[in-house]
Amino acid sequence: MSSDDEFMSDQMSDDAYGDDDDSLGEEFDEDDDQDFDDGKEDKPSRKAYEVDFKVFSDEQIRKSQQSQVEEVSSILGLPGEQCAILLRHFKWQKDRLIEKYMDGGEEVLEEAGLGQSYDTLPRLEKVRGFACDICCDDERGLDTYAMKCNHRYCVNCFRQYLESKIKDEGEATRIQCPSEGCSRIVDSKTVDLLVPAEVDNRYKELLNRTYVDDRPNLRWCPAPNCEYAVDCAVRPAQLHTIVPSVSCRCGHNFCFGCGFSEHQPCPCSLVKKWLKKCEDDSETANWISANTKECPKCISTIEKNGGCNHMTCRKCKHEFCWVCMGPWQEHGTSWYNCNRFEEKSGSEARDQQAKSRASLERYLHYYNRYANHDHSAKLDKDLYVKTEKKMTTLQSSSGMSWIEVQYLEAASKVLQQCRQTLKWTYAFAFYLERNNITYIFEDNQKDLEMAVEQLSELFEKPTDQLANAKKEMMDKTAYVNNRRIIVLEYTATGLAAENWKFTVDLK
Amino acid sequence: MAQAAKRITREYGEIEANPVAGISIRPIDEDMFKWNIELTGPKDSIYAGGTFKLLLTLPANYPFKPPILSFQTKIYHPNVSNDDKGSMCLGILRSDQWKPSCKIMAVLEMARGLLLEPNPDDAVETTIAEQFKTDKSQFEKNAKQWVKQYAK
Ligand SMILES: [Zn+2]
Ligand SMILES: [Zn+2]
Ligand SMILES: [Zn+2]
Ligand SMILES: [Zn+2]
Ligand SMILES: [Zn+2]
Repeated sequence: MSSDDEFMSDQMSDDAYGDDDDSLGEEFDEDDDQDFDDGKEDKPSRKAYEVDFKVFSDEQIRKSQQSQVEEVSSILGLPGEQCAILLRHFKWQKDRLIEKYMDGGEEVLEEAGLGQSYDTLPRLEKVRGFACDICCDDERGLDTYAMKCNHRYCVNCFRQYLESKIKDEGEATRIQCPSEGCSRIVDSKTVDLLVPAEVDNRYKELLNRTYVDDRPNLRWCPAPNCEYAVDCAVRPAQLHTIVPSVSCRCGHNFCFGCGFSEHQPCPCSLVKKWLKKCEDDSETANWISANTKECPKCISTIEKNGGCNHMTCRKCKHEFCWVCMGPWQEHGTSWYNCNRFEEKSGSEARDQQAKSRASLERYLHYYNRYANHDHSAKLDKDLYVKTEKKMTTLQSSSGMSWIEVQYLEAASKVLQQCRQTLKWTYAFAFYLERNNITYIFEDNQKDLEMAVEQLSELFEKPTDQLANAKKEMMDKTAYVNNRRIIVLEYTATGLAAENWKFTVDLK
Repeated sequence: MAQAAKRITREYGEIEANPVAGISIRPIDEDMFKWNIELTGPKDSIYAGGTFKLLLTLPANYPFKPPILSFQTKIYHPNVSNDDKGSMCLGILRSDQWKPSCKIMAVLEMARGLLLEPNPDDAVETTIAEQFKTDKSQFEKNAKQWVKQYAK
């Protein structure tokens, strides 16, 4: 999606970090940095639902650690290796470390497992009359190693110990001397010296992992095997006013707040509550989200095959809405009632049983729509893949160029993203109190939903007609995208101003 | 493996040379990776008079991984799992706290120390731990009952 790309390349977030001395921003080399200080007005204005973020590679994260180590090293006049251990011990809070060290150096060193004097390079030694306390080997000429604490072991045992800590236990920053009762931390020069390259790489990876885990402004992209981390200034305390969606360079969109897949407009805490509820109620809810339904008119079984909710019964040609099972005519026109759950009148709820039934019904109303968009997104995707294949064949037979079918991919992407948004609007709506802004929200939601269904329906056209529907499809795509922005803007602005009234506590 | 065997043989020799009261060891077979252990309940403890059979298993990559200790005699104790495994897993018996310079004897002494003084804050049996903290006399009664029933 183009607005995404723009978002990625246009990262101008340095000013967003300016007041946060915890930030990574300044540690990374950036060629375009200078322009930002004076060129603020030129920036495209950020939408209310967007947050500033940067994506960093594994390599950049390493470099950033290195430059911080060097900085602290020059301030404290300590070797880099020692500063690295100190920084890790202080969870990379540079200023706190420097302040503490100035107050009482030895104490800080001791606490971080460094002990006194630590300046020479580590090296192997052969020691006369040595017997290794781990393997009991006492052969002459045995290579041995000891850190500054002087707990000496044969090089094989030391290596095996480190390998087992790094490979089996995934430990990096808290590996202690192998000697019982000695809490000296094994520094990375020692690791470099003793373990083979492959284990050393794993060690560096683990250091990187903990570095990112220790920094509140960093989060690893949760996509499997992805090696990028995202830097964002949003903190947990802000998560009731903002839903920080970020997109990784690998293409995965996720929430910086909770690490879950993108879930705007629904705040993290509601996502958690909602998923928990769905899990608890899944048995009751399952039957309703099943993939087959009966035609409301002729009762023959109908299976959904595309993402579109506009169903036509193969047998009797009755047209209806998959979600509410109402006749489709009522949906296509100005009056669209599918997204709104009409609360039952108070009199019906008087009876306790009716009450709990009403509450289940209410939940199912939202759940059904939530699950439906989730499911439709998958069907939409399948349909797109099939369509694209057909189009490619068509293209080679009709002489159309590749560029001309790109609009299909764009449309499919927007469709996926909108389904995702719609899905979460229902979880969001489930927790909303009924008031005016909720009604406006539901109108926006309805508009988006209608537009999405229309776009989805275009994909169901036979391939030969699809080629002629290019303009229609592109227009629809732009329109749908716009409707999504409207929904997100409205909810994000309300969240920031804490205007929404929820039936549960957000914090 | 060969490395582990050398170390284990050495440790066995050391224990044989300096036996500790209340702890007896007997390797099960020649390769010495499984030992039968007998602990006697310390004199001043609620387990006094009982004899507890344990199985000590040394992993192939010993001493880089800790020994595994399991009670084969049932015991009412917050730090021993009340199942057919009878496992004890705390302190140096955990791989993140174990150091390769630790010795088997230290493990056995720790186990015997726990008979003298259970550690309810690091319990596997939380209900027993709770009872140990809030209703000591009932705990002692149960523990003694089990000694009578299983450890004589
Ligand atoms: Zn050795
Ligand atoms: Zn040491
Ligand atoms: Zn990624
Ligand atoms: Zn989240
Ligand atoms: Zn029908």
